[in-house]
Amino acid sequence: MVERKVGWEPQGSHALIGGEIQRVDGKVKASGQAKYTNDINPPGTLFAKLLTAPHAHAKLVLLNIDKAKAVKGVKSVIVMAKLGDEIRYEGWPIVAIAAERPEFAEDGLRAIEFKFESLPHFVDGLDLKGAVEADLAADGKPLKLTKSLGKSEQGDVEVALKEAKHVHEGFYGVQTITHMSMEPHGSHAAWDGDHLNVALSTENVSGTSGQYVQPVGVEAMNVNVRCDFLGSGFGSKSTVDVWDVACAKLSKVTGKPVRLMLSRTTEMQIAGNRPSAFAEVTVGCDAEGNVTAWDSRHWGSNGLEGSIVGLDVTPYVFRPKNRKSIATGIATNCSPERPWRAPHHPQACAYTQTALDDLAAKAGIDSLQFFTKNLNLTSLPHIYEPELEIAAKLMDWKGKWHPRGKGAGNGPVKRGIGVALHTWNGAANQSNVTLKIHSDGSVEVVTGSQDVGTGTRTCIAQVAADTFGVSMSAVKVSLGSNQFPKAGASEGSSTIGGVTGPVRRTTQQALWKILDLVAIRHTVDGTTLAARDGKVWSGDKEICTWKQAASLIGPMGLELYGGPVTDDEGLTNHQVGGVQMAEVAVDTETGVIRIVKMVAVQDAGMIVNRLLARSQVYSGLIMGIAYSLCEERIMDNKTGRFINANLNDYKLPRIGDIGDLVVEFYEPESEYKRGVIGLSEPPVISTGAAISNAVANAIGVRVPVLPLTPKRVLDALKGAKG
Amino acid sequence: MKPFEYTRPTTEAEAVEFLGETGVQTAILAGGTDLTSLMRAELASPSRVVDLKQIPSLYQVTRSEDGIQIGALVTLADLVKNPLLDGYRSLFDVVDGVRSIQVQGSGTIGGDLCHLPNCWYFRNGYGLLGQENGVSLPETGDNRYHAIFGNEGAAKFVNASRFAPALMAWGTKVRIVGPATKTGSRERSSGLTVGAEWIPLEYFYVTPKTDRQGNTILKPGHFVSHIWLPDANQISSATYEVLQMEGLDWPLATASVCLNVEAGLVHDASIVMGHVAPIPWVTEDASRWLIGRPLNEETASFAADIAVSSARPLSMNEYKVQIVRTAVKRALLKAIGQLNP
Repeated sequence: MVERKVGWEPQGSHALIGGEIQRVDGKVKASGQAKYTNDINPPGTLFAKLLTAPHAHAKLVLLNIDKAKAVKGVKSVIVMAKLGDEIRYEGWPIVAIAAERPEFAEDGLRAIEFKFESLPHFVDGLDLKGAVEADLAADGKPLKLTKSLGKSEQGDVEVALKEAKHVHEGFYGVQTITHMSMEPHGSHAAWDGDHLNVALSTENVSGTSGQYVQPVGVEAMNVNVRCDFLGSGFGSKSTVDVWDVACAKLSKVTGKPVRLMLSRTTEMQIAGNRPSAFAEVTVGCDAEGNVTAWDSRHWGSNGLEGSIVGLDVTPYVFRPKNRKSIATGIATNCSPERPWRAPHHPQACAYTQTALDDLAAKAGIDSLQFFTKNLNLTSLPHIYEPELEIAAKLMDWKGKWHPRGKGAGNGPVKRGIGVALHTWNGAANQSNVTLKIHSDGSVEVVTGSQDVGTGTRTCIAQVAADTFGVSMSAVKVSLGSNQFPKAGASEGSSTIGGVTGPVRRTTQQALWKILDLVAIRHTVDGTTLAARDGKVWSGDKEICTWKQAASLIGPMGLELYGGPVTDDEGLTNHQVGGVQMAEVAVDTETGVIRIVKMVAVQDAGMIVNRLLARSQVYSGLIMGIAYSLCEERIMDNKTGRFINANLNDYKLPRIGDIGDLVVEFYEPESEYKRGVIGLSEPPVISTGAAISNAVANAIGVRVPVLPLTPKRVLDALKGAKG
Repeated sequence: MKPFEYTRPTTEAEAVEFLGETGVQTAILAGGTDLTSLMRAELASPSRVVDLKQIPSLYQVTRSEDGIQIGALVTLADLVKNPLLDGYRSLFDVVDGVRSIQVQGSGTIGGDLCHLPNCWYFRNGYGLLGQENGVSLPETGDNRYHAIFGNEGAAKFVNASRFAPALMAWGTKVRIVGPATKTGSRERSSGLTVGAEWIPLEYFYVTPKTDRQGNTILKPGHFVSHIWLPDANQISSATYEVLQMEGLDWPLATASVCLNVEAGLVHDASIVMGHVAPIPWVTEDASRWLIGRPLNEETASFAADIAVSSARPLSMNEYKVQIVRTAVKRALLKAIGQLNP
């Protein structure tokens, strides 16, 4: 008898799920046939461009668009900021122009008369002292750069620090970075009577139509949002932005389709960033290296709002009994943050686990032993411990470990290793699907979800094909439209669980209906039937082909609607743990760091597609290497501008900077049984701390702030020499 | 990018004619790797672009009596393929450092020499000197990539040419073509008269006091047509660039050396540092000190100390002193094959 219960098969029993399956859309993407929003440009489309403010803080005192309207080819000009408006960061949109050709739009921008009156700015999220002084100097005036974001306290930190055998005090931090999606934000809007058809670069297809209602003046039922392919978003593309509204308005006014994609510079300036975070930390442990106390004050800036990494993730993962954290936000004249892959975790990890590593060094304990010893302070010791063992083998930790700064060799290039670990929730989002099985046996899955580049289409097809025992090519997946069943935004690693859960449940339910028809037709016990290899079987006996089975449902086919996955179904779960180890080579004469090797051991519950899952971890490591070594938004204090908002000066790693990446999944039966858990965010979290710890191990000195540029490495080395 | 007129001369004389028309703002297009960026950012808005790529003589690499003459449009990729240039290792090192196949394939040696500074204040529209209301932004703002030598005046940017340090160490001359003058040399080409002058590369660059001066001696209507390198015999050369990243990136600092080592002792040396000053920075003191000495880790290190002894870092770029010191030491050792990887 084949048990009819919604759920996954035992580990190792699935034909396709868990396998290494190539992306179903790999070819169309690689060959350029896949149309991203940025590619949509049907004949008659007008090109829109923005005039943005080149000031961090200013008042708009003159704005005249009359001449711009008269420019050849310009079809419409929309004012996005009013005279007298306070411009609060660079890149603030002022005017949008739609024209027949991009260069006409540029001509139009040049014809705008405008003037700004400069106001004082503050852009340095690191400069807490300066912010406090500015607040004091502003006495009574509305300037309020710093704000207390609370305090969290448990146990008695003062006593614990007094009693600690080893105490370490240090300063740590991470600078702001931008999302740097391959495809910038933007949209293509076209009206058909009252209907607005938008191609939007979004990771929230189902959730964006309503956002057009109020600003554009359209009924939600008349908004059609599409996003077939997305050139990533990393958390920054869940909203309809002012420039998208401008695009829709320009289209309405002109009666023509309009395309407005942000330029790379504007994209970097205003379309999202990951906030900076800095911390002064005091940590203590006993003689054996058990961490007994954590005391920190952290600050940073997420732009205007002046918020910062939360107390909930401070200290990160390791939660000593006695702990105290104080958070201070700094409001800066910088554009607002947007969720960046594992929001706030990488920063918290970087200032927590570097401080702990420094304490380990002070106590004279091998970092790995120290981290392992303190796993009782984490919520997932049963995951971290075996993961650390696996990682240590893959890294050859024992063979490579040396006390800080005591590596072999007299040359200027020093090698070192480091470790860090992380956690992430990754619970499923609320997604619905429609499943159609046609009488020829072909299968369609339709959902309003989106593929942000992670392989959603492939995983859906894989689950459906696996359940029905058919090939991947028998399944068609449609997504990326708000006309499809509502699905959650692709945020927080929630998509994989969100879509595979309902697809599995619904395909199983459909399969049972079909097997019941087969049982009647072939006079066999339906509960003995199973589908695999394109056939229906009773035990080892072939009953009929899948096509014959499907034909029994009749010409109308079978259509089922699947609602969001629920916690009690056993299909999905949440909270994963992962560990990472880094090996670096640091040139102490130039400060240049090369990544030799990274090892990532990751738990993600049940792995749906091993190839794509590994891809996710690679991408996490690569983004982690980027923010560890080079990626940084540089705000110039003098002009208040994002001075490196271009791809010449905003440094990103290339393939040669990446080193050897080793990825292993921790998937014992206990984890497999938990079901599907999101994987996108976790592997980017502990990379920074692991690399920073490896650098400290190599050169014997902590380079406190990420990214670890040659300047920071050499400054740290020089500081240590005195 | 503003609209512009595009012209494609086929001779030097035609180019001079297109470039020299009164009242026309012209820009010279070679590989386009810099000009395109400048025009897109509207830092250059020429009304006419003169594309030199149809002038055959600018692609030639020829042996002359006492050296090699290289056309300004020879690309980085072609440079390393030319057997006549086998002896000029320091140039190969430069090409190696340009990690983009696209830039190697389209970038030209002449274009590189004329590359405008990458100073982010300049590139963000504050002029060559990066000034706002008369205040030097590099002096008071973020100067982590700016000059540590020759920065006493208004110019704080660093010369962006990748080849200039190496070429200068070789004692290169550049041929500048422009309208014929009464005093200068005159050459006839396609029935038109043009002026051409060979100038040592070290006189080609200037440290401007005002934005309008530019960073080379090239006047409107003039362009670099060829470079000349002396014979490579007896000379060992090397360039050492300190690159933060393995991909396409500007060096944080670089050093290029030409050495004549006889019987284990340095007979002659030329050391030029790059990306540390508004012009390629020659260190004669270090070169002089090396003469008559054996070259090894210790002497290379000492020479490097001398090379940076007069550095005057700005508020945020002291680390560059250490970086260029390393570049000098390593270029010296690399030239004699003693740099351990």
